[in-house]
Amino acid sequence: MTSHAAAVAHGHAHRDDVGTKLGMWLFLFTELILFGGMFIIYAVYRFSYPTEFRLAATELDTLVGTVNTIILLTSSLTVAMSITAIQEGKKWLSFVLVAITIALALAFLVNKYFEWGHKIAVGLYPRSPELLSRPAGEILYFGLYYVMTGLHALHVIIGAVILAVMMVFLAKGTINKHSYVRLEVGALYWHLVDIIWIFLFPLFYLLQ
Amino acid sequence: MEHREQQQHQDEVHVVSYGRYFLIWLGLVALTGMTVAFAGINLGNWIIITAMTIASIKTLLVVNVFMHLKYEDRIFRIFVLVAMAILLIFIVFTFFDYAFR
Repeated sequence: MTSHAAAVAHGHAHRDDVGTKLGMWLFLFTELILFGGMFIIYAVYRFSYPTEFRLAATELDTLVGTVNTIILLTSSLTVAMSITAIQEGKKWLSFVLVAITIALALAFLVNKYFEWGHKIAVGLYPRSPELLSRPAGEILYFGLYYVMTGLHALHVIIGAVILAVMMVFLAKGTINKHSYVRLEVGALYWHLVDIIWIFLFPLFYLLQ
Repeated sequence: MEHREQQQHQDEVHVVSYGRYFLIWLGLVALTGMTVAFAGINLGNWIIITAMTIASIKTLLVVNVFMHLKYEDRIFRIFVLVAMAILLIFIVFTFFDYAFR
């Protein structure tokens, strides 16, 4: 049975997988512009306060940033593999791979929680007396740090929720060997979250 | 006709092997190691250029293989190029304005 015949048998004769994925890419471009705007703000302020940005960056823990980078890269790997698994008809392997992806997302958030917690404990948070006593460039750096990593973390949470819904679809068989475009677009969103972090990591943790 | 087109799309399904994904992941981790190692060396202003170049290479790997752009219809690549061009216009025009103030 060809996959088209299978699609007909499943009552999905009129579905358009290419259109679905194209729609998701269009949505991802709006995300790109959202974060792109913030990267431009970052670039302009870095250009204006190069020394202060370098100094402030030394206060972030490079090790935590590196670990979180590896975590997100690995989560991208597992979600990509989950598509191969469902294409091969291995439903539960796909299910487990998506579950691992969500576990990695949670690990990322736990690290972020401790990282932010530590920064707040030493008095570095927006409008804190400690931060306000510092030069303008450092105030801007930490403002951007909280807004950009915060918005990214929000995307991690949304991505994890989307992937949890994919697990339900997989368990129910709504996503199956012949119809898995939902999993594909869910994974596309997750990879975008990974790409944003690929740029956030060097900009905040490495350029000292 | 419509059926034939649909049939074609369905038949073009590209299954990427686990091994290939794993190799890409290895490459991504190696590039992460590189960018961290470079950050420890005093490269002056070159540090920004190296870090952004490595991040762009990592993005290309993710977009092409993990996100399957390489295996999709050509229209997907055109879409991505248009989106990147728009972002580039934003960046370049901002700096034109900013640099000559």
